[in-house]
Amino acid sequence: MTAHRATVVPPAKQEPGFWSRLADRLPVKLSIIAVCVLWIVPTLGLLISSFRTKAIVESEGWWTFFTKPLEFGQWTLDHYTTVLDARGFGNAFLNSLAVSIPATVIPITVAAFAAYAFSWMEFRGRHVVFVTVVGLLVVPLQMALIPLLRLYTSGEFFGIGTPFPHPLNGTYMAVWLAHTGFGLPLAVYLLRNYIGSLPSSIIESARIDGATHFQIFTRLIVPLSVPALAAFAIFQFLWVWNDFLVALVFLGGTPDVQVLTQALAELRGQFGQFEHLLPAAAFITMALPLAVFFALQRYFVRGLTAGSVKG
Amino acid sequence: MSDTDILEEEMGAAPPEGPDGPGTVGSRALGGLARILGAVALPVAAFVVLYLTFEWLRNADANRGLIVLVAVVVGVVGVFALYWGMDSVVNVLPERMREGVRPWVFVGPALVILGIFLAYPAINTIYLSFLDGKGDAFVGLENYGFVFTNEATMRSIRNTLAWIIVVPGIAVSIGLGFAVMADKLRRGEAVAKSIIFLPMAISFVGASVVWGYIYDFKVFGNQTGLLNGIWTGLGNDPVSWLAQTPWNNLFLMVIMIWMQTGFAMVILSAAIKAVPEELLEAARIDGANELQVFWRVVLPSIMSTMVVVTTTMVITVLKVFDIVFVMTNGESGTEVIAEQMIRWFFRNNHDGRGAAIAVILFLAIIPVMVVNVRRFRAEEEIR
Repeated sequence: MTAHRATVVPPAKQEPGFWSRLADRLPVKLSIIAVCVLWIVPTLGLLISSFRTKAIVESEGWWTFFTKPLEFGQWTLDHYTTVLDARGFGNAFLNSLAVSIPATVIPITVAAFAAYAFSWMEFRGRHVVFVTVVGLLVVPLQMALIPLLRLYTSGEFFGIGTPFPHPLNGTYMAVWLAHTGFGLPLAVYLLRNYIGSLPSSIIESARIDGATHFQIFTRLIVPLSVPALAAFAIFQFLWVWNDFLVALVFLGGTPDVQVLTQALAELRGQFGQFEHLLPAAAFITMALPLAVFFALQRYFVRGLTAGSVKG
Repeated sequence: MSDTDILEEEMGAAPPEGPDGPGTVGSRALGGLARILGAVALPVAAFVVLYLTFEWLRNADANRGLIVLVAVVVGVVGVFALYWGMDSVVNVLPERMREGVRPWVFVGPALVILGIFLAYPAINTIYLSFLDGKGDAFVGLENYGFVFTNEATMRSIRNTLAWIIVVPGIAVSIGLGFAVMADKLRRGEAVAKSIIFLPMAISFVGASVVWGYIYDFKVFGNQTGLLNGIWTGLGNDPVSWLAQTPWNNLFLMVIMIWMQTGFAMVILSAAIKAVPEELLEAARIDGANELQVFWRVVLPSIMSTMVVVTTTMVITVLKVFDIVFVMTNGESGTEVIAEQMIRWFFRNNHDGRGAAIAVILFLAIIPVMVVNVRRFRAEEEIR
């Protein structure tokens, strides 16, 4: 960028010398470094604490590490093994996967089919229905908790019994469906924008060749929409994986189904007793989202940029 | 960052009309019936099948890993099989009805799910807010009266107001400043941005644990919280930071700022990079210095993005719950709206008051959301 600018700047303004350039850039560099340090310090403290022995974690601040990084007596991996086995985080990790993967795939599938119909199929009330779906963006998920919990436990709509299968709370499915409902308006909105902007010529020629809507959707639309689908998938996955409230309400606290965020909150609740295990536990909950985040950062950023209206 | 631009461009184009004309439905009554079948009955049937599988799963005493694997496969394959099955059923229908029914097969499940999981609960919550604690008797506006007279709920409203001013204000400012400065870096822009962005991938509960190592307080012995480490190092007595009303609210907000700044920074950075270089060059040739270029050229160009980022963050902050719940449990004057709502629903078992708080939250979100979607649409039309 600098080289490009140099060609445009008129010759009267010579490129400044080394020292004045440094003076120009130093404040910028220093402020960036300062902000980065501030932002990384909390996580760094956690990382260091997760590898130090119980006695040291409880008696010293984590920053004392910097005065004696080579005292190997302070290091241990025990916290990670204890948390995974004895405190059930291995199990909770599996549960988080069982909740997050379908709770990501289901809303995307449902939304993609709906988005296709809203874009490329003719039916009466299409526009009204679409606007209504997007309008549901304003409903905060907190509003849905109690009615849904009643529906799940007793199958009642407005206090009237229905054949809705119950009890559903405490199952993975209860959480999948809730997350699907909460994620759908945004997913339909974004995917409809993307799928609707695909060139109509492709779809028309496929129709002329005798392809059904279902074939067009699976063979043409899905492959062409991979960027948008991936962006939303990452966004939804991180949201579901990191969710605490929905899991707390619909999954309940029983150890066999609880997810990582619940296990961590519980461990934290018994403060004092397991304090030394918290850093390792927290890192286990962060491991997968951080891996997803670093591997797919480009898509994630895109998902966020596209998803700036998430309610 | 260019990916973003491509996506935005692609999203901007107006969707062309679908290729096929309105379905030729012969018998209206029959067609209507089939539509209802396609839209409602089939998803419900598939749902019941899925549920039965689950009933088996829940009672099966198998290895946890196996159960999880089956659950994932059932969930992922099941949803696709649902559509495939419905489409096959439509293909069996009389030919003249097919194209009239098929759109509802595609849209139906989404509508059923939205109806059950968003529309119905929203209506029911509004209804509940006019009933007493057990949902038995009609009490009129009593619950709302309680919310606006009770000390704790009033404090939660004041605190939430402070949250929606302070958090988006600071997070957007730092995010913007950082995006502008990082843009001028020759090297290390990606690394610097990743560091700021990283907390976005952490859960609120995880973040609470992380910040425990900053705010921790010990009466005796060495401090393990960084803030008290510094504070006592300066010769002061240790302070229980999270019990210092009203400043503890600020300490909780810092956590949210830490998590949300990356969001603002990434989106604003994309917007800044999209400002045409010629525009900046023209301003510089006209003698504007870098500060003037920023205030007069860059800032106006990214204004609509700023609005979207701010409003999105306001909505996130309005719903903040986990941080307060885990860090202070809403004690020492740190109540917020969503936390009070959960408290009335689940701890004090008074659904009417909980519902009234939820409705207030809903009413607060509507105007922000309307601004947000309007801006978003306007922006798309410009692109």
